[in-house]
Amino acid sequence: MDQLLSAAAMLADPQLLLVIAVSCVFGLFVGAVPGLTATMATALLVPFTFFMDPLAAVAAIVACTAMAITAGDIPGCLIRVPGTPASAAYTDETYAMTRKGLAAQALGASLVSSVIGGLFGAVVLMVAAPALASVALGFSAFEYFWLALIGLSCAAFVSSADPLRGILSLLIGLFVATVGMDAVSGAQRFTFGSTALTGGLSFVPAMIGLFAVAEILRALLSGEARRPFAQPQKVQGVFHGVGGLMRRYWKNNLRGSVLGTTIGALPGAGGDIAAWMSYALARRCSKTPEKFGTGHPEGVIEAGAANNAGLSGAWIPALVFGIPGDAVTAIAVGVLIMQGLNPGPQLFTSQADTLYAIYMIFILANLLLLPLGWLAIRMARPILAVPRPQLMAAILLFCVVGAFAINNSLLDIGVMLGFGVLGLLMGRVGLPVAPVILGMVLGPLLEQNFLAAMVIADGRFMGFFERPVAAGLGVAAILVWLAPLALMLARRRGVVGAAAPG
Amino acid sequence: MTMTTTRRGVLAAGLGAAALARPAFAQGWPTRPVSLIVPWAAGGGTDATGRIVATLLERELGRPVNVVNRTGGGGLVGHTEIANARADGYTLGVITTELSLYRTTGAAQLDARNFTPIALYNTDPQGIHVRADGARDLAQLVGQIRERPGALKASGANLGGASHLALVGLLSALGLPANAVPWVPTDGVAPSMQQLTAGAIQIVTTTMPEARVMAEAGQVRTLAIMNPTRDAAYPNVPTVREAVGADWALGGWRGIAGPRNLAPEVATRMRDAMRKVVADPEFVRLMGSRHFGIEYVDGPAFATWLEAAERRFGDAARAAGLAR
Repeated sequence: MDQLLSAAAMLADPQLLLVIAVSCVFGLFVGAVPGLTATMATALLVPFTFFMDPLAAVAAIVACTAMAITAGDIPGCLIRVPGTPASAAYTDETYAMTRKGLAAQALGASLVSSVIGGLFGAVVLMVAAPALASVALGFSAFEYFWLALIGLSCAAFVSSADPLRGILSLLIGLFVATVGMDAVSGAQRFTFGSTALTGGLSFVPAMIGLFAVAEILRALLSGEARRPFAQPQKVQGVFHGVGGLMRRYWKNNLRGSVLGTTIGALPGAGGDIAAWMSYALARRCSKTPEKFGTGHPEGVIEAGAANNAGLSGAWIPALVFGIPGDAVTAIAVGVLIMQGLNPGPQLFTSQADTLYAIYMIFILANLLLLPLGWLAIRMARPILAVPRPQLMAAILLFCVVGAFAINNSLLDIGVMLGFGVLGLLMGRVGLPVAPVILGMVLGPLLEQNFLAAMVIADGRFMGFFERPVAAGLGVAAILVWLAPLALMLARRRGVVGAAAPG
Repeated sequence: MTMTTTRRGVLAAGLGAAALARPAFAQGWPTRPVSLIVPWAAGGGTDATGRIVATLLERELGRPVNVVNRTGGGGLVGHTEIANARADGYTLGVITTELSLYRTTGAAQLDARNFTPIALYNTDPQGIHVRADGARDLAQLVGQIRERPGALKASGANLGGASHLALVGLLSALGLPANAVPWVPTDGVAPSMQQLTAGAIQIVTTTMPEARVMAEAGQVRTLAIMNPTRDAAYPNVPTVREAVGADWALGGWRGIAGPRNLAPEVATRMRDAMRKVVADPEFVRLMGSRHFGIEYVDGPAFATWLEAAERRFGDAARAAGLAR
């Protein structure tokens, strides 16, 4: 109770509330402009969070991403271009509603279901994270090794339809993480005698490059940057009749929230994958699947809830184990460490009040979605009238200043540009970007715990299965690896079986 | 539209900061935020004391002092970064015990001469700690080690660091080889304590204040303090000599330093600021609340102190077979 009160007191800080308000507006803008993603918004925010209190830094990220994911629905619905990848799953559906004259209903349904999904995810986070943390207090190097391995495996398998592409992109991330001084022995790796590289390639400039610079380059090279967005129609009466829809489709809302939170908590998969899966699930479970794609709100409600729930879900493993659930929390883990709030079970005992304040920020940010989301829908026309070349130029300036400000180092600007080109090339050949970051975050965790565990076990591999929890996690990790193999075998057998009669 | 103006404002501020980052003239230092590099993970003792110093320095200097944790390589990454920083005073750092060891253990050609020492602010004795349900006293623990050499595992930080030296020095004082207790390398005390409470390892050697929180929570017990005499802050903890009759003492130290060739104006200003910080009642209170020992030695004297420390630690490391 004392901790709740002191958390509320932390939250009552006007400076913190200002940070939340500014981040919300920033997120809203980024989300509503197609091409700018929630992850990119986070990467651009990081240099600023550097000069904030830890709590304000977390608040900025939480508020900004929730707002961006929700605002991403607006251009999808009005001009059939999703604002963020998380809205892509139901863009055609909402646009079909717009063409039927139901734009207000589509936006109202996606906004309210986003709020419900976000709140659901926040409640799960509040309940599940401390419970998991009390279990995690008993975890040693063995358990952490397996957790990191499961995280890396999920990142590779879940983030892309093709596991090979996921694995390739993960390996790029793992390689990047080895640059610099080995954390255990102090040996130099891939530094080529450069002292600037002893600390490794800086994480934040790499993120800015992968998510922001790559997008700018892509828009520039495709000539897209010079084309203005289509002008949307005016929308009024957003909340009209939404109550009825929510009552009729409450099951979809709940299912989307549950699935979204779960997918979000899996490393490597965030709101976008949660939305695709929820939309597909809604169609499969629907009594009227034939209406999907023709402007039917059912799937929109389920997937709208799922992508926001996924955002909160991703914070569960990030806070408890330091294993991020998606690209946004991967950046957030980096911010937490920089801010002296090392993610891990100890955080829940030593910084309980800060954590309560973080939960409250989740609730607050999701409630703020209602008024600010409404405002964003009203402001859709001026937002989409923004001149793109100037916007891109401004973002590039932001990127350069942000990358430089972290360490005041010119090398970091080079790192940012290098990763920008890398991100562009990866996009060209269809490699997912999220596993790169997870590799960079989880690589050192995996390596350090592996070495520590090997010393503890006197070099015997069976030591990794001798503690009950470690054995369970080890089996889970092996299953994660065997599942795609089994699927592949089953599919191949199916193909062979089908081909044989012909 | 509000967004556009905000963005421009922020951008202007950012560009302003970038412009100011040009090679600084020391006059009027500091005109912008100062980074204080802490070479160890957040949550450890260096981080805690570094943050205390940073908060109070902020008042003295009138500019934000940002703590930057640069971990890895047993503190080597952070120490190297401080030593290689531009000598304009905007990147300073906390240097720690390990600096007295890098050259002897062959980890790096880095020692006090690569720095401009500003002030020593803390020293703490090392202690030997076990889980609350572990060995009753040091004599029993030593008995277990003698009985099954190599079975018990210890940790505290990196391989060849001060914590490791504390353990190996104790073993050698008892006539035991270093591999009687294998060392599990981690990048700080916090992960080592996690291994201890999770039951994966049996011993942690680290300075007394860094084990204090876990000891007070009843999860960890301190068997002995590596000090010639008992410490007033821990009246019930016996010295190594009292516990097992062996002579072994080792402490850890922390100080503030900048890169070599730090502009003299900056060094003078910082030495003044640190003199005020260590005398600040708030510093005494904050350090006391976490039981960190205060020992203050000013700039030039700190350089001499560091030379002596390097000799002392070097001798201990050679005796313990850690020298390369």
